[in-house]
Amino acid sequence: MTLADFLRGELGLTGTHLGCEHGVCGACTVLIDGASARSCLTLAVQAAGHEVTTIEGLGTPENPHPLMRAFSEMHGLQCGFCTPGFIVSAFEYLREHPQPNREEMRRDLSGNICRCTGYVKIFASIERAAELMSS
Amino acid sequence: MTWVGQRVARKEDLPLVTGTGLYVPDLKLTGTLEVAFVRSPHAHARITALDTAEALQAEGVVCVLTGPEIRGKVRPMVLDQEAAPPGLETAEPEIHPATIEILADGEVRHVGQAVAAVVADSRYRAEDAAELVRVDYEELPAAIDPQKRDNPIVFENVPGNVQARYRIRVGDADAALAGAAHRLALNVRSQRVTAAPMETRGVLASTVGEETNVWSSTQIPWWVRNAIAGSLGIPQRLVRVQIPHMGGGFGLKVNVYPEEVLITYLSRLLQRPVRWVEDRVEHLIASGHARDQLHHVEAAFEDDGRITAVRDRFVLDSGVACPYPLSSAYNVASHFRSMYAIPHFAIDGECVLTHKMFNLPYRGAGRPEAAFVMDRVMNAVAQELGLDPADVIRRNLIPDEAQPYSMRMPYRDGHEVVYDARGFPAAFERLLELIGYEEHRRSPRPGRGIGLGTYVEGTGVGPFESGQLQLDSEGRVVVYSGCAPHGQGLETTMSQVVADAFGLTPEAVVFKAGDTALMPFGAGTFASRSVVTAGAAIIESSNRLLNRIKAIAGELMEMAPEDLEVGEGMVRARGVPTRGVSLKEVFRASSPGPGARLPAGMDAGTTETFYWVPPTVTWGFGVVGAVVQVDPETGVVKVEKLVMLHDCGRVINPLIVEGQVEGGLLQGVGATLYEEVVYDAAGQPRATTFLDYLLPTSAEVPEIVQESLEGAPSERNPLGVKGVGESGPIAPPAAIANAIIDALRPLNVQLNELPLTPPKVLAAIEQARA
Ligand code: FES
Ligand code: FES
Repeated sequence: MTLADFLRGELGLTGTHLGCEHGVCGACTVLIDGASARSCLTLAVQAAGHEVTTIEGLGTPENPHPLMRAFSEMHGLQCGFCTPGFIVSAFEYLREHPQPNREEMRRDLSGNICRCTGYVKIFASIERAAELMSS
Repeated sequence: MTWVGQRVARKEDLPLVTGTGLYVPDLKLTGTLEVAFVRSPHAHARITALDTAEALQAEGVVCVLTGPEIRGKVRPMVLDQEAAPPGLETAEPEIHPATIEILADGEVRHVGQAVAAVVADSRYRAEDAAELVRVDYEELPAAIDPQKRDNPIVFENVPGNVQARYRIRVGDADAALAGAAHRLALNVRSQRVTAAPMETRGVLASTVGEETNVWSSTQIPWWVRNAIAGSLGIPQRLVRVQIPHMGGGFGLKVNVYPEEVLITYLSRLLQRPVRWVEDRVEHLIASGHARDQLHHVEAAFEDDGRITAVRDRFVLDSGVACPYPLSSAYNVASHFRSMYAIPHFAIDGECVLTHKMFNLPYRGAGRPEAAFVMDRVMNAVAQELGLDPADVIRRNLIPDEAQPYSMRMPYRDGHEVVYDARGFPAAFERLLELIGYEEHRRSPRPGRGIGLGTYVEGTGVGPFESGQLQLDSEGRVVVYSGCAPHGQGLETTMSQVVADAFGLTPEAVVFKAGDTALMPFGAGTFASRSVVTAGAAIIESSNRLLNRIKAIAGELMEMAPEDLEVGEGMVRARGVPTRGVSLKEVFRASSPGPGARLPAGMDAGTTETFYWVPPTVTWGFGVVGAVVQVDPETGVVKVEKLVMLHDCGRVINPLIVEGQVEGGLLQGVGATLYEEVVYDAAGQPRATTFLDYLLPTSAEVPEIVQESLEGAPSERNPLGVKGVGESGPIAPPAAIANAIIDALRPLNVQLNELPLTPPKVLAAIEQARA
């Protein structure tokens, strides 16, 4: 069983989405011991003994993560299907680059596909989140 | 303060950003069975043997259905939803209904067609058992190239495989071409693409007794309900279709699919919840494709570049069906001449069946294809005459004094195409200024090119849309609509509109849509129509509800309704702000029974409904400029910048409009440079994963500059709006192709076949050198 199916099916954590199940779209991105991974290509058993962070672990409706607030504020999502995976990837990116710049983002986030937004407002959301997080 | 026009952040976002949204794959009902399909590996074949015995024995399997088993119980869908309306007679349309089979019965007609459905207690087990279904096929000759006239017949009811055809004659293009100073001819192709929303399709059906609840990832819940009921031969009231959260559609989900019918049937048969979630490989072969048009176009023009006539013939490769032949094909004709005054025009379009997946409208629906041909012609005229392409466009633009301009042909709704927009020349000049056109012409940099494109867009098409308003016990305004939003932000935009009407905040408005239990009639969200049509229905029902509220409050306050005004949750006496009643009190007074305080003759409750039937579409337009960098050694193209100016009438929420345009533009880049659904000569699809079907990523995003043209508000609907959802992808193919040609000057390159991959660009360079 894949990690994605385990998270979604056994644990009911359906914030991790499946857009392709073959490792291209990034909708299924989670953090394993803090590093982003594609849960559709990871077996659940491979995660045994490791710390797995999903979108649900980054924030909740009562207490949303600054990235979550920023995505809404800057209109970084439309259908929202890619959004959890994007936010998890952006979380990792901001941890490594607290001061985001567009050229880096274009490259570092190219493993997450969004069909709706054209990415422009996703970049703006991440920049806004960096502001929120530093203040 | 008014909310319309503000950059309001969306109300619908919190569940989506926190991962607590619920899409079809996230819905779980106790005892849900999962379905996997056995699909045809052949483009065209006879099924000679079909054995499900072994699959039925497999662990966890509950049932396996095949075509012969559902014969007589589940009818194929015969879709004639786009029968030609009155007014379209001059186009001489000939349309045969599209047949969509639920499960193949005896014959398969495209790779990916469902042959058997395996139902098990988990998806893993259903998939394992699907491999145990034995199907023997006898391969048959397949219709693959629609240009061939001796293809095997795909469906008996479609003679010669021509499922739809039409012709338009404006003026006399033949004579104009015969007597022209200059002429050119091009073959222009828009490739087969797919919308590829990030969420694939999915359906969950749950039956209690006679009634089935269906959750489907669809843009058209009411039509899905009607088609399911029709196919199963049951009354519509026994099926309720709703959309949960939905991960995009872009036209791909504007069709009723066999799986929606079959999953409903299975749930009724087994009296259990049954679900199917499409995987991406299935999606790429068994969800609708789009475009796939080959045009042969000729143009007549003067020494100064003015085009006097265009004659176009095109074939649209329908695959096994083109369920919306007017949207997919006739839109080409009605948008073809774009912003240009071209007096003579002839076009002949055909939708031809082949043994491929069916062809649906995809964001833009015929407009990107038309715009690509038209603005390639414009550029080719400039190349031919050695003129600046901007001058050629400029000389052909419809001047303001000629507006409202009639294109002297009917729209697909049967009404004459008359543009209700102006300012084409000003928008075009502004584009040139924003993109630095003159500077580039004066001192071009090696490998850098600028190309231009234009479009018009008829938006807000019928048949109708619904809006229903009422108060709730909290004094909030509750809005229902027959649209089906899935990312467009309608909850927010419609709340802004209603908030202004009632003097509330958007937060005090509740918006619900996409559920057939809400209202008897609804259409859906597609074709850049929801803000226009649902918006109009909602504003009209707002007016009715305001009148009702004032009448009830008048009764409570013993005042004439004309002397009252509504705002901030209160109804107050005009000029005496201390006298008033709250909307909560109005709600209570509207209740049936002893508590009622209704004016004589008024029914209880606060519900007001309006069905908006648009007089015809309202026309938006826009211009796009692309800046590209081309490497002539490798043929690699980088789009550096896209500039777009667009008229969408009155803007309700600029933030959302910008998002629509940005996303649309990038889809345009994808279709221009990367994306293609490839079938080989045997009808085998070759792009079956995202490794082969390439979507633009963040690394491909150009700099995007956009301006909303504050044109006059539309006079064809009460909100003054025009649709914008589809506008982004229309013009980029032509703009980018023209930019590449510009970058390669002085070579006289021709680029008329999408996608413009590096090998194609290299081949064009070589050809121009030869
Ligand atoms: S679902 Fe894992 S990468 Fe697409
Ligand atoms: S918001 Fe829809 S795919 Fe990204």
